[in-house]
Amino acid sequence: MAAEQPTATVPGDQTRIHNIGYRSYDGPRLGRAYARRSLYSQSLRGAYGLGRSAKSKVLPMLLFVVMCLPAGIMVAVAVATKANDLPVDYTRYAVVLQAVISLYVAAQAPQSVSRDLRFKTVPLYFSRPIETADYVRAKYASLASALFILTAAPLLVLYVGALLAKLDFADQTKGFAQGLVSVALLSLLFAGLGLVVASVTPRRGFGIAAVIAVLTITYGAVSTLQAIADVQSSSAAVAWIGLFSPITLIDGVQSAFLGATSAFPGGESPSNGVGAVYVLATLGLIAGCYGLLMRRYKKVGL
Amino acid sequence: MPPRKAAPWLSGTASPTGPYYSSLTRRRLCGLTTAVADVTTVVDVTVIATESLSKRFPRVTALDRLSVDVGPGVTGLVGANGAGKSTLIKILLGLSPATEGRAEVLGLDVTTKGADIRERVGYMPEHDCLPPDVSATEFVVHMARMSGLPPTAARERTADTLRHVGLYEERYRPIGGYSTGMKQRVKLAQALVHDPQLVFLDEPTNGLDPVGRDEMLGLIRRIHTDFGISVLVTSHLLGELERTCDHVVVVDGGKLLRSSSTTDFTQTTTTLAIEVTDTDEHPDGTRAVRDALDARGVTVQDGSGLPGAGHVLLLTSAGEETYDLVRDVIADLGLGLVRMEQRRHHISEVFTDSDAAQKEAVGHGS
Repeated sequence: MAAEQPTATVPGDQTRIHNIGYRSYDGPRLGRAYARRSLYSQSLRGAYGLGRSAKSKVLPMLLFVVMCLPAGIMVAVAVATKANDLPVDYTRYAVVLQAVISLYVAAQAPQSVSRDLRFKTVPLYFSRPIETADYVRAKYASLASALFILTAAPLLVLYVGALLAKLDFADQTKGFAQGLVSVALLSLLFAGLGLVVASVTPRRGFGIAAVIAVLTITYGAVSTLQAIADVQSSSAAVAWIGLFSPITLIDGVQSAFLGATSAFPGGESPSNGVGAVYVLATLGLIAGCYGLLMRRYKKVGL
Repeated sequence: MPPRKAAPWLSGTASPTGPYYSSLTRRRLCGLTTAVADVTTVVDVTVIATESLSKRFPRVTALDRLSVDVGPGVTGLVGANGAGKSTLIKILLGLSPATEGRAEVLGLDVTTKGADIRERVGYMPEHDCLPPDVSATEFVVHMARMSGLPPTAARERTADTLRHVGLYEERYRPIGGYSTGMKQRVKLAQALVHDPQLVFLDEPTNGLDPVGRDEMLGLIRRIHTDFGISVLVTSHLLGELERTCDHVVVVDGGKLLRSSSTTDFTQTTTTLAIEVTDTDEHPDGTRAVRDALDARGVTVQDGSGLPGAGHVLLLTSAGEETYDLVRDVIADLGLGLVRMEQRRHHISEVFTDSDAAQKEAVGHGS
């Protein structure tokens, strides 16, 4: 570590004397891209409580286990009963466990961005080579990656289990790939929404509540309306209403293009035309979230 | 002109042919250049240069054609709240575009080379900026990496820097439990951890008690003398800066009031406040001291307008002799000395004795 060397102290110097000479730094300065990567990995680790207190590891780890446990059970059942297929489709898994995913976003999006805002740490970042876009991208990418890990891990469990149970390889691989595309979209969308909401609510508890509200209230409202529309047998309306909540949006995209069975009332999948609107809406929302985050951080700069 | 030589503190951090040695600004801004450097052999190195820099917001003008030239060393930037100090720092960090005029930091233009400037400069904000749930070490390591230091170097520099600012075992505890003084040290450490060539310290003594204030000022002095880093420190108290800085720049209402080396200030600003007790022999002790001092040719003003007016006397100190004289006079009269202290000045007071034009400027701003 530090080489101790005698300090040349001026007699009568009124400051405290620390008997270590100052050493200047002539090593490399790795610049913006490195800082962005560091922020990404720090935030990604932070999303699972790594490098933070033991207390903050509990919730993300617990949710991760809760996410993977049903997959493990399904695999065990499939292997034991020598079933011909997995009890749940790859694409369906995230939709079934959407409450867990919402809870994870609600807990981790505020810890990722609200802390920096609330404790005004943001100016310290922007007084360094790192810029608004670097910060936003690193934070967005890290939460999306954390969500992808959360949602893709159980799919991996299902896939490995399916191969162990000697289910049809081509069939399972296709399903697994479709599932991965679907959860990747879901991760980007949920991360974006979570971060936008969290970035305007500097108080953490408030942020958690707001994210839950955005994700679940919209879902509750949409599924109620869809049920009513279904009773009145207007299946077109069911498809259009699904555009207005994040999880039904993903559901619509995957049932139109990724071979999933829709969880909509009546099992009605959107037609290809409506499906295209779903894809556009999803991509538009993701881009919109990124834009809003950029705007937000342009303002809080310094 | 003697051949240009690199200052000792520059070696290893910048090449002598680097952009630090800008000739452009020096020539244009020579009107306000004042020689500051006492440690450097370079006469005309400019650390910060601004040229009719203005920043206007829809309702206020934060900076009004500010032209200033700052050399290496510790420079104080003094101004009342809202005088434009923080706005200036933002512009100098390349984070806020100026409405007009131009500025250079370490020879780099703020509008085009903002990222390069921020790599070589440290910034300590005025407000709290520390998350309470991480330790000082973790936090400063993270900030070092944000400045581009590789992981190992970030850890080593963090350990070194925290020791230099005077944080030892506490550095492994969460910041939430720190005192204000310790938090200020962490804020300072994160500004120094990447070994910048220049640091901006925004009101570093805010919220500190007198002892903490003196320690912080001593630390700021050492940043230059021991670490070789130039400092721009802001404060609304001139009194504390004149003891620490080589050079003081006073701004008010976004305008430059004065830019000169500290010795110019100290001569006109050391004022002593004295308060004495009354005795039976001298029922009005204050008056007795005043008369006695008058008799010895020292001009004394009563401290009207100050707390305890009528009991406080103000006199201009000419150095050590004045303290001795006051002590002797009071002892001769048999009075008790309640206090004798150097008054901390507000910026506007500095100019009461200077020429009328500057007096006007002060009046305009306050």
